[in-house]
Formats: sequence, C-alpha cells, structure tokens
Amino acid sequence: MSARHSRSPAIITATVLLFFYLPILVLVLDSFNASRFAGQWGGWSLHWYARLFQEPAIWNALRNTLIVAFSATAASAVLGTAAAFALHRWRSRLQKVHYALVYTPLVIPEILMGMSLLLFFVALHVQLGLVTIFLAHVTFCISYVAMVVLARLQDFDFAVIEAAQDLGANHWITLRRVLLPMLAPGIAAGSLLAFTLSIDDFVITFFVAGKGSTTLPVLVYSMIKHGATPLINALSTILLAVTFVVVSITQRLTEE
Amino acid sequence: MRVRFQISISKSHLTSTRVPLHSSAMGDFLEFQDISKHFGSTRAVDHVSFGVKKGEFFSLLGPSGCGKTTLLRLLAGFEQPDSGRLILDGEDITALPPHKRPVNTVFQNYALFPHLTVRENIAFGPRVAKWPRSKIDDAVAGLLKLTQMEEKADRKPHQISGGQKQRVAIARALINKPRVLLLDEPLAALDLKLRQHMLLELDLIHDEVGITFLYVTHDQTEAMSLSDRIAVMNNGHVEQIGAPAEIYETPVSGFVAAFIGDTNFLDGRVLRIDEEDPNYCLIEVAGLPEFVCYNDKQKKPGDLVHLSIRPEKFHISNEAPKSRSGSKNAFRAKVEDVIYMGTLTKYWIRIQNHRLAISQPHGRFLLDEKPPRWGDEVWIWFHADDGYMLDRFNPSEADQAAEVETAGRPESRV
Repeated sequence: MSARHSRSPAIITATVLLFFYLPILVLVLDSFNASRFAGQWGGWSLHWYARLFQEPAIWNALRNTLIVAFSATAASAVLGTAAAFALHRWRSRLQKVHYALVYTPLVIPEILMGMSLLLFFVALHVQLGLVTIFLAHVTFCISYVAMVVLARLQDFDFAVIEAAQDLGANHWITLRRVLLPMLAPGIAAGSLLAFTLSIDDFVITFFVAGKGSTTLPVLVYSMIKHGATPLINALSTILLAVTFVVVSITQRLTEE
Repeated sequence: MRVRFQISISKSHLTSTRVPLHSSAMGDFLEFQDISKHFGSTRAVDHVSFGVKKGEFFSLLGPSGCGKTTLLRLLAGFEQPDSGRLILDGEDITALPPHKRPVNTVFQNYALFPHLTVRENIAFGPRVAKWPRSKIDDAVAGLLKLTQMEEKADRKPHQISGGQKQRVAIARALINKPRVLLLDEPLAALDLKLRQHMLLELDLIHDEVGITFLYVTHDQTEAMSLSDRIAVMNNGHVEQIGAPAEIYETPVSGFVAAFIGDTNFLDGRVLRIDEEDPNYCLIEVAGLPEFVCYNDKQKKPGDLVHLSIRPEKFHISNEAPKSRSGSKNAFRAKVEDVIYMGTLTKYWIRIQNHRLAISQPHGRFLLDEKPPRWGDEVWIWFHADDGYMLDRFNPSEADQAAEVETAGRPESRV
C-alpha cells in the first residue's frame, strides 16, 4: 500500500459538486447579464432586477407567497409543536400509528399530495385560492415542525417541569417561563424550515392554486412556459438568496 | 488486667440520641396517614403511616423500589395517593396541586432551568409568586451567600460543576422558605469526595435554616450521618423508624439488621431464664454451645428467637478470654479468612455449620498480641447484651438486604 492518497475521491467530489452547483451558478450569473440571450455575455447589469420591480404580476405573486408562507408557518408551528408533544409524552398502543401519520407527509410524493388535495377540495366545492394553498402547505409543514421539535424533546429533562411546579408555577406559567423558552430554538428551527419549504413549494401549490392566487414558484413556471426571460433568473436568484439566509439561520439554531 | 471486658450497656440511652436542635417535643409537624399508592399492579407504597417533627432531619432509607421516592413525590404533589391523607402543620394538603404546597424539592439530577442563569434559577420561585423586586434581590443575595455561589451567579447551569449545581438546586428550593424541604437522593450524582463534602454542607445548611428536611436515600452512610431519625423502608412499607443508633443497635427485623451495616444471624430457642438475673436467658443454637443473651423481648423457655450480632461486637483472640463472667459467651472457632482493611481487620470464622463475620480494630493485636491468622484455632466471645433479638425475621428479605448493602452504592435511582 502506498502512503500517497488516491486522487479519485477528490475528482469525484469535485464533479458531483460541479454538477450540483454549476447550473445554479450559471443562473445567478445570467441574472446579472445585460444581454437578453443566455449564450452571450453582455456585461454586468442590474437591468433585470429593475425590470422585476416593475412587473405587477410578480409583486402580486410575492404578496401571495408571503401571506401563505407566514400563515402556514405560524399554524404549523403551533400544531406541529403540539403534535411533537403528543408523540413524545403519551404512550398509547396507537402511538406508532400516530407517528406514522405525522411522518408520512414527508415521504409521500408531492404530486400525489397535490392531486389528492385538489380532488378533495373540488369534492367539497371549496373555492381554490389562497385558503386552499394555505391548508395544503400546513399539511406538510406540520410534519417538519413536529419532527424537529420531537428531536429536541428526546433530550429534554422533564424534571424541570416538575421543578417549576414545585416552585409555585401553575401550568400556564410553566409553559410560558420554562417549556416554551427551552423549546424555542427547536420550534424556531422547525418553523424556518417550514417557511422555506412553503415559499418555494411548486408541485402542491400548482394543483391547489386558483385564479389570482399565483405564488412565485408557480409564476416562474408560467413565465418559463412563455419563453425563458432573464427576468426569471433575477427572480430565482432572489428566491435562492432568501432561502439560503433562512436555512443558515435554521442551522445555527439547531446547532445550539 | 482484671476486668478487661467490662461492658454494661443500658438499653435506654439508645432511644434518646441526637435530639434535634429545632424540635419541640410536641406533636408531629408532618404526618403521613395510612398512605397507599399503586402503579398498575405494583404496590409502591402500602398503608404507610408516620410523623415527622418540626425542624427534624428525617431520612427515608431503603433499597431501590422500596417506595421512598414515591412517598417523596406524593408529598411534593407529583403523585396522588390511592388512599390516605397528608397532614402538614395541622392542614390536610392531600388534594393540593404541587404549585400550591408549601414544600420544595431538591431533585436528584438538580433539574435546574438550563435557559436561566444561577441567579434567575434561584429567583424563579419568588418571581412566580410576584415578590417585590428588592425583596427578591435580597433573598437571592442571601442564598447565594449561604451556598457560596456569589461568584457564579451569572453563569448558566451548563457552565458550573456538579457540586455547584447541587448548591443552586438547594438555594432555589430554600428561597420560598418551604415548611419542608424534600431532598431526592441529592448526592447520588456526585463523586465520593464531593459527596462527603456536600454531606457536611447539608448538615450545616440544615442547622442554619432550621427547616424540616425530608431526605430520600439508598445510602445508609448518608442517612446515618445526617439524620435525626430514619425510616427504613422495604417493599412499600416502613420497617422501622428511629434514631440512627437505635436502628443500628436495635433493629426490629432481619431486613433492617442486614440493610444497615453487616451482621450475623443466629436462629435458636430459649432454653431457660437465667436464675440470677431474669433479664437474661439461656439460648440454644444448633451447632453452638449454649449461651446467655439479654432477653428484652420477654421470651419464654421454648420460644424461637432470631438473633442479630454485629461483627464488631465479637472479640477474637488466640488466647482464651481472661475473665469469664456469666454474661460473656466464649466459643472455640476456626479462622477461615482474614481481610486486613486498614482501620480494622475482618475475620470469617467457622464453628461447625456457622460462618460468622467478625471485625476488629487491630492495634491491640499488633502491639501486645499475635493477631489470629488463617487456619488458626481461636477464641471468640461476645457479651450477652450484644446479641439482639429481632421481632421479625424473613430469611429471603434479610439476604436481599445484605446483598444490596454489600453491593455498594448503586449510582442510579431505579
């Protein structure tokens, strides 16, 4: 055995990383391209970003996206935390079933969820719009919040709850002063994860969105269908940046 | 060297040892009245009744699973008894939720709030109770001082050592001025040196604050050294309550005798009452010469007796005892094993089918006598007052207790 390290792992790693990130890099670069055509470089420009802000359709889609993301995150933070609690604290025979039910949305193919939700809403004669998108997002966001909070609960010493009660705190004060502050990093991490998933969800949203409730990812798709303009590159770059920031905050919180 | 082994123990002094400083000899401050608690089909606590006096340092001692922690949790309010009542200072607190009970707990693993600093941890109780700010600050400062945690006041729990966490847990529990302070194996998570140190501190804190302490432990040394009184528990009931010396010297059952320290058990029968002194009787044990024993249980000829004789109550020598009064019982025996342990030497000796443990401080032997060695034919003797008649003897319980006792300290609570 020679002491020299083989080069192949490094090469494979580099290739894989390139495959992952090169397209994204090209997209980001193109968004600053003054030329209309992706093939040729026309020099640096913020032209497409400026154009972006003049498109009412984009502003509308952004508003929809944020409304859905914030409301779905808030709802799933509450419901997901409660679900994690129920999964952790109670031991019933149905516990495994409960766990599977909460976990399944993470592994179900999105297209299947989108389709079934659409059929469900249509069957109930629910008007497709922001409300249906919100409900659809909550269904899968709950699972993410629940899983992250559950992981936090695994190494949570419940003696502190008894300690708080012992020191005179009723249920409400215990929840507010001890339980929630201790779980806050987990809940926040789960919520941010849910938030990022909500703002760039396309498949499910595509199925359950109605007229006037287009979100950014859906808009990007329809713009691509009408010919790829550099506008999409700029829009995607902004989405990417926002997602990146949120994800890194999430990671900081979970590491703590 | 005429009366070398003159022993005259009055049995009465045992009951009056260590009268607690703060207690007035009035009625019980805290009463467990016929408390029972089941978990599923397990009987954790089985019709337990006893009282604790005001200011007392009272210990619940027993092996894991004996119900001592359940009793503590019942008193703290974390569990509800199936039957029975808890009376604190004349008031029935059985139905009160934990946050309304005037008791506070020092938890086994401290259970400090990880997101709060030492200072905030200690101030938790008063803040919940909405004390005025200046009063909280004063009280916290006082307790930081008492527990010597002033310098670490602004650290978070994960930044301080185990012993320091322990002190914060105590300070946090004391700040509300509880009527009773409950301590759930507070030293179990500490290493030996620190444990010995905290033992002293606990004793000092108890003297300082004058609050009634209810202390749960499986460690007989802790209980013996700290307590005014101890309740020895087994299988969900209280075996015996008494001062440490009382429990050690006059155990009621085989379980207590074997759980607290080492002992030798002898099963025998009363032959006859001593003619000279009717307080003594002659006892016959198969395989041993008949011997004299103090008959505090008023046994009659023919009655079965179970004796507990502590290893240190025996004397062992290569030579026969010099004086042989009627109350001194001497046997010939063979040394089977010798274990030198520094402060004392432990002998295992055999007389026919009996194997007895004897422990002996050995300074005397090393100076003026040849110490017995393995295989030696020796004399052993004990005073008639040192054989103690047990009220109850269940061989399997006694074995179990001896096992737990010799297995040393289990580090975790079960």
